[in-house]
Amino acid sequence: MADYTKMWTDLGLNHDNHNALLENLGNAYQSIFMSQEQRPEGMGYFDFVMSEAHGLRIQELRDEQEAGRKIIGSFCVFVPEELVLAAGCTSVGLCAGADFAQEEVEKVLPRNTCSLIKSFFGFKLGKVCPYMEVSDLIVGENTCDGKKKSFETFSQLVPNFYQMDLPQNKTPMARKLLKHEYLTFIAKLEEMTGKRIGLEDLKQGIATVNAKRKALARLSKIRKADPSPISGLDALLINQIAFLDNPARFTENVNVLCDELELLVKENKGVKAEKAPRVVISGCPMAIPNWKVPAIIESTGAVIVGEESCIGERGQRNTTDDSATTLDGLVDAVVDRYFKIDCAVFTPNQERVEHIKEMAENTSADGVIHYGLQFCQPYIMESFSVEKTLEKDGVSVLRLETDYSQEDMGQLSTRVEAFVEIIK
Amino acid sequence: MRQAGIDIGSRSIELVVIEEGKVIVRKQAESGYNPVERVKELVADISFDKVMTTGYGRASLEVAFDYPTVTEIKAYGTGAAALHPGVRGILDIGGQDTKVISLNENGKVSKFEMNDKCAAGTGKFLEMMATTLGYQQHTLGLEALKGQEGLEINSMCAVFAESEVTSLLAKGCQRADIALAVHQSVCRRAVGMIKRQDLKTPVLFAGGVANNLCMIHLLKQTFGDDLIIPKSPQFVGAYGAAILAGLL
Repeated sequence: MADYTKMWTDLGLNHDNHNALLENLGNAYQSIFMSQEQRPEGMGYFDFVMSEAHGLRIQELRDEQEAGRKIIGSFCVFVPEELVLAAGCTSVGLCAGADFAQEEVEKVLPRNTCSLIKSFFGFKLGKVCPYMEVSDLIVGENTCDGKKKSFETFSQLVPNFYQMDLPQNKTPMARKLLKHEYLTFIAKLEEMTGKRIGLEDLKQGIATVNAKRKALARLSKIRKADPSPISGLDALLINQIAFLDNPARFTENVNVLCDELELLVKENKGVKAEKAPRVVISGCPMAIPNWKVPAIIESTGAVIVGEESCIGERGQRNTTDDSATTLDGLVDAVVDRYFKIDCAVFTPNQERVEHIKEMAENTSADGVIHYGLQFCQPYIMESFSVEKTLEKDGVSVLRLETDYSQEDMGQLSTRVEAFVEIIK
Repeated sequence: MRQAGIDIGSRSIELVVIEEGKVIVRKQAESGYNPVERVKELVADISFDKVMTTGYGRASLEVAFDYPTVTEIKAYGTGAAALHPGVRGILDIGGQDTKVISLNENGKVSKFEMNDKCAAGTGKFLEMMATTLGYQQHTLGLEALKGQEGLEINSMCAVFAESEVTSLLAKGCQRADIALAVHQSVCRRAVGMIKRQDLKTPVLFAGGVANNLCMIHLLKQTFGDDLIIPKSPQFVGAYGAAILAGLL
């Protein structure tokens, strides 16, 4: 990596903290990703993106800013990238997957807050996230209580915070609310750029994001093969990078990788042996560098064949219908696409369990591991009914509850190993 | 062929050697601060053809001696099914964890649950309560059986439970009564885990805490004759591992 010290200083990052983070991240990446065998060549691009995630990619974003684009950071798959792109802006994900500056965080948040929330607070307070610092607007959203209440505090820490309301059920009234929020968001983006979004702008935005989702759907489909030509870790990484990379370039590289993977499938080549136990992970999102549980799962010889998660299938399934001929019609299509997301903050949320079942069937999974972040009420509450419903249909389920710390590695390993012994 | 099974737990290490299905060696040691060294001592004068290790320290044996490993879930399942064919559930309360394991009609593990990160309601918890009450660890159960019912310990956290116990002592409560309440709280938790998993019977009670007479007494109140106490409850995992060594 080139020397980006000046850029990091300009962004106001804390050098010592940031260097420590990069070192840990680099080491974790080496031991978890680079040690994998039979990795497809196409992963080289994603390795490169990761190695430059705080370097070249940030430089690119700053160059875009120079040229007049605004950078919109967000924490949730309910913030439509289509709208951001239509406004001539760039979307980046800000969720974080590692503990940082815990002591500082606990000065402003209760201890029993989920790791994901604590983590983005830590990244802000420790001044280690260039994406947060480069963002012209930071969009928070009313999903779970943890996030919406913590945003009250977070909005005091950043100068450019915007709050989006979200519905909690799927009634016609709720859809109206979502549309209202998206229109308000459009107005905010237009105010920032000084430019109205036109029909063609939104069409283009939808096309770009649809292409990205189609590429990710193609990747998901390839993983149905036994043996799977790609590890779950690598597939998760690609889904994580989807929130950081330039969307068009990302799409192109996912498709290049898929071309290679399809050939591997034809030759019956896989990352794990044929008949390796197949697992679907379901539950809370795993943001970079949260690779703990997938790494444990795949170290047992099992292969992860799907992620029912915001960073995965839940966030990326369904494209947006682009057939409307009016701007309002296209906005409606965007609303329709996002209104289908089966996040656990919705009630009732029966679609989610149906989707998990469907994924397990489509991927010929031998079992489902439900991943819950400690103190994440919506997903942990749902995990009980997910377990019951799936087991009634003969799908084995292991419920895990953990956080970003490493201290429960031993216990988690035992559980995962024992689960893999059962489903083998 | 001689098959050895080593169960390296948080508090103790068990070694079982079987030959033609018969147990010929059964040894135990405290895990201490250097469990790998203790295993070396345990196996020093023992000969075997095959070995399998299990328990929370199994990974360290894999590194130190290149021994194969299996999870304690599978080891306990295998051991219990071999000791008592037809057993459908296992409650294992060990030094630092509690496990509830369901077995199918063929004796294979079908489902399991383990307690969370901390040692709430485990052997370590009872050990700490014994210290607070001034009892020897091995007589705690016996003394508790002499206690009168009526007190309640609500906290499962060893630290909080200790303050509950201290305040009961300060109130002038009898320590035997408190000891009984401590056992009742551990029992409630275990039964809760069992109920959650809808465990079928008979249930085999394994692990070091299955030597505790008060725990047996209390669990029998729920399970009656459907609760099986093996002769050496601490060796179930090592026995299962020894059997699995034969399948290598």
